[in-house]
Amino acid sequence: MPNLLREASHKRQTVFDLLFRNLTRLAAFAVLALLAAIIGSLIVGRLIPIVGTLVTSGIALLIAIPVSFGIAIFLTELSPRWLRRPLGIAVELLAGIPSIIYGMWGLFIFAPLFADHVEPWLNDHIGTWPLLGPFFSGPPMGIGMLTAGIILAIMVIPFIASVMRDVFDVVPTMLKESAYGLGATTWEVMWNVVLPYTKIGVVGGIMLGLGRALGETMAVTFVIGNAHELHQSLLMPGNSISSALANEFTEAVGDLYTSSLIELGLILFFITFVVLSLARFMLYRLAKGEGQGA
Amino acid sequence: MSAEQIISAPKLIVRDLNFYYGADRALKDINLVIPEKMVTAFIGPSGCGKSTLLRTFNRMYQLYPKQRATGEILMDGQNLLDKKQDLNNLRAKVGMVFQKPTPFPMSIYDNIAFGVKLYENLSRHDMDARVEWALKKAALWNEVKDKMKQSGTGLSGGQQQRLCIARAIAVKPQVLLLDEPTSALDPISTAHIEKLIDELKKDFTIVIVTHNMQQAARVSDFTAYMYLGDLIEFGDTSTVFTNPKRKETEDYITGRFG
Amino acid sequence: MLDLYTRRRLTNALSLGISVLAMLFGLFWLGWILWTLLEHGLPGLGAHVFTQTTPAPGSSGGLINAIFGSVMMTSVAVLIGTPIGILAGTYLAEFGQRGWLAPLTRFINDILLSAPSIVIGLFVYEVYVVKVGHFAGWGGALALSIIVIPVVIRTTENMLRLIPNSLREAAAAIGAPQWKIITFVTLRAARAGILTGILLAIARISGETAPLLFTSLNNQFWSSNMNQPMANLPVVIFQFAMSPYEDWHSLAWAGALLITMSVLTLNIVARVLFRQKTNSQ
Repeated sequence: MPNLLREASHKRQTVFDLLFRNLTRLAAFAVLALLAAIIGSLIVGRLIPIVGTLVTSGIALLIAIPVSFGIAIFLTELSPRWLRRPLGIAVELLAGIPSIIYGMWGLFIFAPLFADHVEPWLNDHIGTWPLLGPFFSGPPMGIGMLTAGIILAIMVIPFIASVMRDVFDVVPTMLKESAYGLGATTWEVMWNVVLPYTKIGVVGGIMLGLGRALGETMAVTFVIGNAHELHQSLLMPGNSISSALANEFTEAVGDLYTSSLIELGLILFFITFVVLSLARFMLYRLAKGEGQGA
Repeated sequence: MSAEQIISAPKLIVRDLNFYYGADRALKDINLVIPEKMVTAFIGPSGCGKSTLLRTFNRMYQLYPKQRATGEILMDGQNLLDKKQDLNNLRAKVGMVFQKPTPFPMSIYDNIAFGVKLYENLSRHDMDARVEWALKKAALWNEVKDKMKQSGTGLSGGQQQRLCIARAIAVKPQVLLLDEPTSALDPISTAHIEKLIDELKKDFTIVIVTHNMQQAARVSDFTAYMYLGDLIEFGDTSTVFTNPKRKETEDYITGRFG
Repeated sequence: MLDLYTRRRLTNALSLGISVLAMLFGLFWLGWILWTLLEHGLPGLGAHVFTQTTPAPGSSGGLINAIFGSVMMTSVAVLIGTPIGILAGTYLAEFGQRGWLAPLTRFINDILLSAPSIVIGLFVYEVYVVKVGHFAGWGGALALSIIVIPVVIRTTENMLRLIPNSLREAAAAIGAPQWKIITFVTLRAARAGILTGILLAIARISGETAPLLFTSLNNQFWSSNMNQPMANLPVVIFQFAMSPYEDWHSLAWAGALLITMSVLTLNIVARVLFRQKTNSQ
């Protein structure tokens, strides 16, 4: 008999265990839900500019990462020595051009060309695809999310490329020679040895570029279209946090009731602060590792 | 008796080799024969050109635009310095290990598989066997067989250097170049590597650059003494160390100079 | 089916070819943008730009009030930002070896260095413009100085770290106190580098638009009163370019050309200066 009793009590304990475990899990979820609710309450009503910021920055990174990687490979491995410095300076000059210039150039020169030559093509070709199609169909207006993303890409390429070049230069010569010594080609050395060795720094550089793209104001304001609506198509006008701020502030001259806009600015600050902190943290880690390796 | 006569089976024949860093001539008319499946040591004071000479054998200098070599280096009758000679294939035949351990930023297994994958499409099973073979050859297998997935950078200095040797021999080269392979290691790890060199010469032709004369005397069959870009003396190690023909060599070896 | 070796060589050639294309891609935009600026900016660039104030739509005018305002606010920003930047950079390089203050400052500074300038504009709007109740040139200068500080801190620290310790030791060996070592020896030895940093900071703020929108705004007339809204090139360019008037566009292009040329010149001068310095060492 005692055996049976013990079994029953054991069963009860198992049930309690289960209940208790789920109770704790529920509490943990509640904390997460609270955070989500806080973030949600901040986002509500500001969804359009937030999505616009994220989408344009995403497009920018999609284009800028491979191009920057190519430029960094060219500058560290391929370029003749005498060209390295002038090209490096040219890339940095691209970074030095004020963003308002990018905006003006984008609005007056790039957008019309884009509307006449590229967007119709996108409509006809990719626009008819089953999954991607809706993103690339719509009237070819030139200004819109896609144009803003491309201009942002041109702006962040020099930032990402020069960080990548700097971290690639940190790779010990001997490590590269070891890979060449096995008969690896330049591409294999870059992809299999240099990139893994510097991956923290490379990601840091990309985050730095992302921070720049998220907060960029003038270039985006000129070309994004400033439409307070959400479209699935990337060819349609949209809005971003920073361009909403820039536009609505200038239109609300004299009216100091702006706390809602300030809050939007706070969200932008929060997002970029997190992204930039991560970027710096990663770059520090790479610098530290380099010191220990020597 | 010339060096060529001593050596019955030459692996590398160096003829009238000159090397330039820009306008500086770092090697002057070097003529030399590296015997097959033996250990040849290059010794000499810093800046004498011994590392430069070693790096011409796999044309590592070609990574740097201002460095160039003239003359001939023949391996199995083919001139390595010939522009038509394919660099990647050359480097598959001539492996190299550097002063400091240079594990790639990947797992121990991938460190070794990386080089093999460049030339051969092996099945998973064959690749495992090759990695094990190379690690056993490098006397590292027992220490790492349970942590093949861990990063190669986590090993000790001596283990890292043996990993680099394993990586070089996994490709099955014919010649193995060792550029001061123990200069960054402690005495115990150095002893490991020296013992390993003795083992490896059964299968590979080994050329080692060292600043440590005792090491040259311990591990090599032939020794070349170099000074300021000239090859002063070349012969079998016991002769060079006990009965050098040239006074400069004697001065260096007895420590009166350098 | 290609053999492994051919495939590797093709992959290599292909990827390196793409890398060359990426480089050309980057240079292409630089060339295109500069060309556009020259093409549209040069025709509008005449004496009137430097003699007349910004016009009402339809009438003729120049940019002199905007140029003057930009120069004023930039100068004040540099005057405020440089001393703070140099002092803080000196702290980080010379006294920041231990403790929590230096690493924290360095971290925050690096974030400020790439923080969105619009956020800085909003900050000054809240703490200054709202308090005084109107837009003003001082606010613009304040916002720009917040952008100057991190740039100067970063370069000052980097340059001071390049100074060999033997120089500090030599000065200490003759019995110099620390403040004299730093002000008379190390800072002096690093001055070309620090000047480079200041020039780069000026280049950085001369094109900044977003922070000025919230602080100094714009002024259609000549004004040298920093307590009033003040005209400045970037905001004028922004408003003129966004307008529907053809002659405003032409002035905006001329202004854009002016700004870009001065920014690029500052960048190049800074680099040349720094290079001479490092070569002579």
